[in-house]
Amino acid sequence: MYIAMILPTECRPEKQNGKPHINMEIEESFEEAPLHVMVFTYMGYGIGTLFGYLRDFLRNWGIEKCNAAVEREEQKDFVPLYQDFENFYTRNLYMRIRDNWNRPVCSAPGPHFDMLERVSDDYNWTFRFTGRVIKDVINMGSYNFLGLVSKYNESMRTVKEVLERYGTGVASTRHEMGTLDKHKELEDLVAKFLNVEAAMVFGMGFATNSMNIPVLVGKGCLILSDELNHTSVVLGARLSGATIRTFKHNNMQSLEKLLRDAIIYGQPRTRRAWKKILILVEGIYSMEGSIVRLPQIVALKKKYKAYLYVDEAHSIGSVGPTGRGVSEFFGIDPGDVDVLMGTFTKSFGAAGGYIAGKKELVDYIRVHSHSAVYATSMSPPVAEQIIRAMKLIMGLDGTTQGLQRVQQLAKNTKYFRQRLREMGFIIYGNDHSPVVPVLLYMPGKVAAFARHMLEKKIAVVVVGFPATPLAEARARFCISAAHTREMLDKVLEATDEIGDLLQVKYSRHRHSARPELYDETSFELDD
Amino acid sequence: MDTWRPPVQGICLPRSASGPARTGLSPSLTAQARGGGDQRAAAPAQAPPPRARDVTVPRHARVDVPVAFRKEAQRLTMANAAEQWVLVEMVQALYEAPAYHLILEGILILWIIRLLFSKTYKLQERSDLTLKEKEELIEEWQPEPLVPPVSKDHPALNYNIVSGPPSHNIVVNGKECINFASFNFLGLLDNPRVKAAALASLKKYGVGTCGPRGFYGTFDVHLDLEDRLAKFMKTEEAIIYSYGFATIASAIPAYSKRGDIVFVDRAACFAIQKGLQASRSDIKIFKHNDMADLERLLKEQEIEDQKNPRKARVTRRFIVVEGIYMNTGTICPLPELIDDIDLISANMENALASVGGFCCGRSFVIDHQRLSGQGYCFSASLPPLLAAAAIEALNIMEENPGIFAVLKEKCRKIHKALQGISGLRVMGESFSPAFHLHLEESTGSREKDVKLLQEIVNQCMNRSIALTQARYLDKEEKCLPPPSIRVVVTVEQTEDELERAAATIKEVAQAVLL
Repeated sequence: MYIAMILPTECRPEKQNGKPHINMEIEESFEEAPLHVMVFTYMGYGIGTLFGYLRDFLRNWGIEKCNAAVEREEQKDFVPLYQDFENFYTRNLYMRIRDNWNRPVCSAPGPHFDMLERVSDDYNWTFRFTGRVIKDVINMGSYNFLGLVSKYNESMRTVKEVLERYGTGVASTRHEMGTLDKHKELEDLVAKFLNVEAAMVFGMGFATNSMNIPVLVGKGCLILSDELNHTSVVLGARLSGATIRTFKHNNMQSLEKLLRDAIIYGQPRTRRAWKKILILVEGIYSMEGSIVRLPQIVALKKKYKAYLYVDEAHSIGSVGPTGRGVSEFFGIDPGDVDVLMGTFTKSFGAAGGYIAGKKELVDYIRVHSHSAVYATSMSPPVAEQIIRAMKLIMGLDGTTQGLQRVQQLAKNTKYFRQRLREMGFIIYGNDHSPVVPVLLYMPGKVAAFARHMLEKKIAVVVVGFPATPLAEARARFCISAAHTREMLDKVLEATDEIGDLLQVKYSRHRHSARPELYDETSFELDD
Repeated sequence: MDTWRPPVQGICLPRSASGPARTGLSPSLTAQARGGGDQRAAAPAQAPPPRARDVTVPRHARVDVPVAFRKEAQRLTMANAAEQWVLVEMVQALYEAPAYHLILEGILILWIIRLLFSKTYKLQERSDLTLKEKEELIEEWQPEPLVPPVSKDHPALNYNIVSGPPSHNIVVNGKECINFASFNFLGLLDNPRVKAAALASLKKYGVGTCGPRGFYGTFDVHLDLEDRLAKFMKTEEAIIYSYGFATIASAIPAYSKRGDIVFVDRAACFAIQKGLQASRSDIKIFKHNDMADLERLLKEQEIEDQKNPRKARVTRRFIVVEGIYMNTGTICPLPELIDDIDLISANMENALASVGGFCCGRSFVIDHQRLSGQGYCFSASLPPLLAAAAIEALNIMEENPGIFAVLKEKCRKIHKALQGISGLRVMGESFSPAFHLHLEESTGSREKDVKLLQEIVNQCMNRSIALTQARYLDKEEKCLPPPSIRVVVTVEQTEDELERAAATIKEVAQAVLL
């Protein structure tokens, strides 16, 4: 079934803040795989599991050597440190293909990077570095959306100066002795960038979610969370003590039903009314490549008086005509989102996160954030990198370089997604999302895809269970403004070739915009 | 077979419990048989008379147990025969019953099934809300504000702002001071070697890593740092996190799950508390540094385990303690506690002058976190320049082991100098580089205590000694420590400065408190 969601932007915001009004139709597709693919995928896992049991049996009897680290003799009678199944999966399935993750990099993660060559002599139980470096691998794995990470160049002069003056650490918390003038400068700039009243920054993106959501809601409050939210959002929700209900991914009917029921029926058992309802969504979902349906959510949140928290980890800097994230993408006043959260890891090439919004919100966060009271504040050179990147995007450096990067990213994204679709791959998500997941389904093909790509000097991210549903393993391309057309073409060519080799062009809805791409064999395959 | 039950169970119904039903059927049965007039009618006649047996066996049993036992074999055969008979009779009844009867009974059975499976009748169902009522409810509902207002003069909104580097000489709110507040124990924040190493890394890698460790966020520097940390700590393996707070807060839930038990010191810091909360384990808190209390809890648990050995076999137990307690400045009595540690978690944000944290221990233990430590798997990795700074800091520590003795000596000095201030009490070990000054006598209100201490801090700041109160989230802490001023000793502080600081604190405290 081919699900095309047409989202007309019927909810036009009253305030436009003088920004260009966007009226576009957004198409998001989540094509389902042919039945036989699903059958083979489950069979693959089944066979892997059977073999796993067999080998565990052999290891138990000492027939096969067990390479896994084992508990010491004197602690053998303790309750096992970790759960059995988890361990089984790691030992017997993950271990076979684990060379595709944690690949060590030894240069800046720009559009090209160098990797340390490593080999395994014992089927991935241990790795050995050969000492050789795989040079100039095309990097399709890092979230370097605007290409602002590279080795030192003159544009990073201020970062160097701050490093020389301030050093790397702070050794104190924001509340004690760790608020530097640099932090203040950064916070003011973030607020200006996002066009909101105030902002506060934190040293780690993950912790920005997990340590601040509990500040906003607690017992007697309700959290409505998208089912595909990032772990950090889920952890924050869980730590808050509020009741959590999840709605189907980006599904407005599901969200509205939960909202209505929550208000009408109140809390379970006590039947008291909820104190407040907080909707947690992400701007771009990193595993699906989908973009939140913000206009509809804002309309719903206004109708039902709920609060809205948008995690823009992947969308800030990467979407919207000037890179201001999903609110700009949809032409929505950022003031309509109660809590704007984002990270500096991706588009800004640094580390950390922010919470922004109304002054009273940020003041409250300043006082009550777990991170502000207990965690060391952001490293000064990291803060300076964000300042420099943000100024560039805002054009405060006096050039249009930042804007060009944002536009280049949009162009690259469009081109790459279109070409992949024409080739017949099933790709997920929104046409404007620079995160491009290509569905591979079978665990064996995941490993083969990543290995073949590396042979062609292209680094891609592959993910499978448990990060995705069991049968929906995929490869993920992250498009960067720094990718040139030649690089993208090289990647597309390689993907095309490997796609044919591995037979992973599953889509039955070929967009025949470029029919000349197809030869006879590919049509035969379709029958 | 189940005709007979021991008398103790009360009255046991004979098989003829179904008797009435059968009897009810039988008239029509016979009528049908006669009407049909074929071989089928003969069957009941040939079969042994049922009712007599049905009734006699249980009667025997009820009256005289031994007799019943003796007659066990006989009874069983009889019961079998009776059962056979019942079956034959039922099948026949089916054949012979009139159609209308079967239909009626069929409907009855269906009705019973419906009743069994239909939802219990509820009054509420009838009072379902109408759409209009629902809309009214939605219209009526008024949420609390997202955040309550904060008063403008809340101390946290009036931060100390440090201009320039947060090292030994520090400019706080425009005033130049000597830093007794940052955890810069080894004075490495300002160290030129550390800065140079970070700069070299900046030149090669830039700032961010743009990805988690799994997805091209593992850099050679990270691997080096992990190796170095493992060697430094003399363990098999180390794992680094990009945020100090997230280290222990991720490590605990990686191992301890729902149903497991964690014994934890009362004074444990906030990161540990959050880790425990995330683990959803069973938390047992023992008194601060009180090993007898821990033993009491362990013994209680042992008794509990004996009651439920099956559960005990799958319940993991952990003890979580801090080396030097941040909240008290006291040291954990490790030798009394245990002879071996499974996992050490530490912070690179203080002595190591960087950012992040690490865990170390045996590979068997540590490796598990690479797939289960949430803050490790799902967060961008540590910027390489910070990893490089930490490596250089380790180099300096290894090259100058004497540095620790110097620090210890300085701690001892200021500890001694701060004794005997009227109104203030020193809390913490004499060799601990971070310790607390508590009010000797509380005014009875936390708010007033905090104000008094803040006055001391402010006046010290005016006299160029930068101090800070230990800050907590009052409502979030499990066991909120009393308000205190935290004093941090670093190797960079000269003897003169230490003396001056002690004298200043003494004078100011006397002026404020007396």
